[in-house]
Amino acid sequence: MSGALLDARLVVDRGAFRLDVPLRVAPGEVVALLGPNGAGKTTALRALAGLHPLTAGHVTLDAVDLDRPATRGWVPTERRPIGVVFQDYLLFPHLSALDNVAFGPRRHGVERRAARATAREWLTRVGLDAQAQRRPRQLSGGQAQRVALARALAVAPSLLLLDEPLAALDARTRLDTRAELHRHLSAHAGATVLVTHDPLDALALADRLVIVEGGRVVQEGDGPSVTARPRTDYVARLVGLNLYRGRADGHGVRISPDLTLTVADRLDGEAFVAFRPAAVALHPARPEGSARNTWAGTVVGVQRHGDNVRVQLDGPIGVAADVTPAAAAQLRLIPGQRVWVAVKATETHAYPATG
Amino acid sequence: MRQVRDDTARERDDTARERRVTPRRRGRVPAALLIPAGLGLLFLVLPLVGLVIRVPWTTLPQRLTEPGALTALRLSVQTATLATALCLLLGVPLAWVLARVEFPGRRLVRALVTVPLVLPPVVGGVALLLVFGRRGLLGGWLDATFGITLPFTTAGVMLAESFVAMPFLVIAVEGALRAADHRYEEAAATLGASRWTAFTHVTLPLVAPGLAAGAVLCWARALGEFGATITFAGNYPGRTQTMPLAVYLALETDLESAIVLSLVLLVVSVGILVALRDRWMSSA
Repeated sequence: MSGALLDARLVVDRGAFRLDVPLRVAPGEVVALLGPNGAGKTTALRALAGLHPLTAGHVTLDAVDLDRPATRGWVPTERRPIGVVFQDYLLFPHLSALDNVAFGPRRHGVERRAARATAREWLTRVGLDAQAQRRPRQLSGGQAQRVALARALAVAPSLLLLDEPLAALDARTRLDTRAELHRHLSAHAGATVLVTHDPLDALALADRLVIVEGGRVVQEGDGPSVTARPRTDYVARLVGLNLYRGRADGHGVRISPDLTLTVADRLDGEAFVAFRPAAVALHPARPEGSARNTWAGTVVGVQRHGDNVRVQLDGPIGVAADVTPAAAAQLRLIPGQRVWVAVKATETHAYPATG
Repeated sequence: MRQVRDDTARERDDTARERRVTPRRRGRVPAALLIPAGLGLLFLVLPLVGLVIRVPWTTLPQRLTEPGALTALRLSVQTATLATALCLLLGVPLAWVLARVEFPGRRLVRALVTVPLVLPPVVGGVALLLVFGRRGLLGGWLDATFGITLPFTTAGVMLAESFVAMPFLVIAVEGALRAADHRYEEAAATLGASRWTAFTHVTLPLVAPGLAAGAVLCWARALGEFGATITFAGNYPGRTQTMPLAVYLALETDLESAIVLSLVLLVVSVGILVALRDRWMSSA
């Protein structure tokens, strides 16, 4: 990707914690930094915005070094061509929605009347022209989010940064706002970096996911490839897959000394095996049949999961199984119960752990 | 698991006990507390009542419009207003630095700022004389270079009032700045605002209520200033004789006049209290 608008390697030391995340974003591309709390996502965003200086590495936007400690290159936040949507929006409480949006253009030297015209245009675009004169505290959460987005976009930023843009909204508003936000992000010509811990937000909004754990990138790719081939337990949990790492030898992947899973894919060397909880069948006795992986397990947890029951099992490998409530009742699934676990080879997905 | 259950049970017991206690708590207040409390209130209110009772209501309009009283009142309002302006000009930036900038010795600086609060005003007046007096540290240089003399002038009154009143402003504004979310300034920066613009366009409006309260307190303190003023600026009618000084002088010659002047100051003070009631009284 030589056409990257944003080219960065974000290295920030904060006590014992070190963030080291390479990041390249093309014009018009939306990249989501996805990771658990404390992974360093917000620090990465603050470094891009110039609110936190880098320890090493660089932030280069449109061939201009915004931050490069090695050469003491530094552009302060107010002179960076960026727009930021903060998690709790930080709309200025003393200004109307219109003046909040006009604030950026005014600071960029646009005359008051023209700045207000731009602001009104943006408010119309996010469907809030009727609320232009309202103060932030008179706006609903969803409206405040849209004003914050309009405010960030009104300066026509080369780099748009969003910190958990939907986290402060209730479930219903979130759904509408997510669709709306997706429309605006797709229309944005610059680069967009979005930070979230919600895989649904990331999948719905971003073209590419960068998974960050403990300050490092653990996986990167578009939505389908990340969800189909998770590479860490965190990602597997996010997308609801059972994930194991082992050594492949043809159609067998050795997960532990006493368990080798038979898989449909053929490969050799270090490999991941993933399968859905719904692909796991539970039996009271050892099932007969050829293309099945079977082992004995112990029920450690039973929980309602959508229309089904999610069963957590211990054994040679820990596994999550989704069964129907009827099956759960029939098997008398309670913690401590011994059952046979079966997974068809055709339901598994194996892929190399390297590269 | 067992521990959790125990805790919940204990919590339930506590709630039950509290519910049982509540009606008793609403019962009689012990006399040992009620009587001193009443006496304390009386002690604070009685002098004010005494003042109001002795006001010569019939001659009030005439006494208020006496040239001496009017001059003192005008001078007081003028100097207190100018002193407040000076305090705002210097005190707001000082409060901002104390609230927003990390530097070694910040705690010491904050302590120094509050010294005039506890210092007897007369001592402040003496200290001002030693610095701005004709032979003082700066006074001599000011006189020789610019021909400016501060002691025993109206400007000196303003200076003395500022010295005593500024801590009120700095403390109020610093508190407001600390309470205000500094991330608004970061948001302003991402929108292209320099630190100065963020200060004037975002920070100041955010702390406006605290700023106003601080300014009013500062003005009230300046208006009532006596000790530092009489020490540093003297007591010249029309030039340095403010209301408190006029009250003190009148007390020796004309009691009724002193009462009337005191009433004016009392009315102003109560007016300020009413204006600030939402800020200072509702929080209790």
